[in-house]
Amino acid sequence: MHLARLILQRLALGIGTLFLVSVLIFLATQALPGNAARAILGNTATPEKVAVLSRQLGLDKPVARQYAIWVSHFVSGNLGRSFVGMDQPVSQVIGQPLYNSTVLVVLAALVSVPLSIGLGTYAALRRDGRLDRAVTTSTVALAALPEFVIGILVIIILSTEVLHLFPPIARPNPSVPVYRQLDELVLPVLTLTLAVFPYITRMMRAYTIEILESEYISMARLKGLPERIVIWRHAVPNAIVPAVQGTAMQLAWLAGGIVAVEYVFAYPGIGSALISAITERDIPTIQAITLILASVYVLLNLAADIITILVTPRLRTGLR
Amino acid sequence: MTSPSQTEQVDPEQAETPDLPVARRQREWLQTPKAAWKLRRTKIGVAFLVFVFVIAIFGPMLAPHSPTEFVGASFQLPSRVATLGTDYLGRDVLSRVLYGGRTTLVLALVATFIGEFFGLLLGLIAAYSRRGVDETVMRLLDVVLAFPAIIFALLIVSVAGPNPWLIVVAVGFTHIPAVARVSRGVALRIVNLDFVKAAEALGMPKLSIMWSEILPNITTPVLVDSGIRFAYSISIIAALSFLGFGLQPPLADWGLMINENRIGISAQPYALLAPILMIAIATIGANLVSDGMSRAIIGLDRKMANQ
Repeated sequence: MHLARLILQRLALGIGTLFLVSVLIFLATQALPGNAARAILGNTATPEKVAVLSRQLGLDKPVARQYAIWVSHFVSGNLGRSFVGMDQPVSQVIGQPLYNSTVLVVLAALVSVPLSIGLGTYAALRRDGRLDRAVTTSTVALAALPEFVIGILVIIILSTEVLHLFPPIARPNPSVPVYRQLDELVLPVLTLTLAVFPYITRMMRAYTIEILESEYISMARLKGLPERIVIWRHAVPNAIVPAVQGTAMQLAWLAGGIVAVEYVFAYPGIGSALISAITERDIPTIQAITLILASVYVLLNLAADIITILVTPRLRTGLR
Repeated sequence: MTSPSQTEQVDPEQAETPDLPVARRQREWLQTPKAAWKLRRTKIGVAFLVFVFVIAIFGPMLAPHSPTEFVGASFQLPSRVATLGTDYLGRDVLSRVLYGGRTTLVLALVATFIGEFFGLLLGLIAAYSRRGVDETVMRLLDVVLAFPAIIFALLIVSVAGPNPWLIVVAVGFTHIPAVARVSRGVALRIVNLDFVKAAEALGMPKLSIMWSEILPNITTPVLVDSGIRFAYSISIIAALSFLGFGLQPPLADWGLMINENRIGISAQPYALLAPILMIAIATIGANLVSDGMSRAIIGLDRKMANQ
């Protein structure tokens, strides 16, 4: 019972956050005076023209009403119509990019999460060894670099100056399944992996070290358990619990990180779509993409918290 | 606590001199930087930051050409005229790198300051007012936290256009929740200590308690955090310029240079490598200093616990 209440509370909080996020996006893009209509027509448009378009867009209605219409349409899957490209529905404009970006992020997660959990644990077990030192030093440097800098360095090293292994631009053919053209995706996935794995690795290392120094591990060792069981049954599972939180936060971070990385590789994903929507002042598309990315961010954090609640014995039994 | 593999040996001398509580509050400011300075990573980080700032401040005086002067054809490899080659319009890359630090660094400093100031303020208020206000403030901050920083900045830019000062405010704003969380976390441990209760009993106004009793005790963690914030600010501001929504041509700016010259990536890589290297040195430097400081704090805490 207690568990269900905790999860419901967290769910309610997540929905509340999503609501406020949508209000913020709406206010920033549409409700500020003169924005939408003036933005489409440009500064030279006559006030009459602006007024006509405002009425067409529903901008003359009260703000709360506009918001209600927008959100109810959004929830029912109607993302509105794009300002550019002959009134295409926004869902059509962002459908393929959204799929492309999902492929990219999922591949990056599949590579980086196991890699960094393994590397972090190993570094912690062989603390101060050669690999540990290499991991600690390289992650400090990598974690500091902006992702687009990593991307360009990756291009310079692997596809132009030093080696010529992969195409510097990732434009998968939309009519061919992605798994048939993986070489197009190697560099963007590598870039995202290099951007994400330092945090998870460092976190995993720190937690494992903390746990290995704790009293219950000493206890397990003192009672004569073999080291293998001490590590894999008692230490590592407990380090994974906090690592879930950090991993989810990093995957959520990808929701923002892909924008610059896609731009570097000219990858036709949601980030590139956002950039061109901003350039073209296509407000419905901007709204849809920012709301989707923010939702991914909120939902991943929500999932992480719920998993934490489920796997933490202290919370499960209701003891504080 | 006395694990054999304790890597960070912090300041063996200070361990011998037991601090009196009164004296320690005076020394708190210098204690952490001093201990951090003993670590190699801090020294490297400081050296990196000094290098970047020296270039940003004195670079324009050293530059062989004006940043907007055309010295040759576009995308020329390094030559005697242009030490690092020319950019996409035929301007001197070296001169533009020497000029291009000020904008990003100044904007990043201001953004960091905005984020730290308001984050600290909100964190303190949340921690000290407890319960109701605390909950509300932190939940509202979660909303800002629900945007990846770059998306938030892009949203602002998409509405108001690429105005540098607006970008600074947007980037600073995205720091507020994280800073507030850090400072609230530290302050929560302090608000219930005896000296705060004593000040309350003496009838000291809440504001002066926050200012003169709580604030001095949380400056060190916030200072550590500001190093990371500064690195983030540089990353986001450079990324915005790189995406074309930050600083605008013909300004010489590192992030903008990367965007302008990326079509020449195979013909003239130095036009990209030079600004990339400067951004990397700045962000790695800030992170190393921050890392050194936080390790020093852990070391000092352990020592106090051992005493």
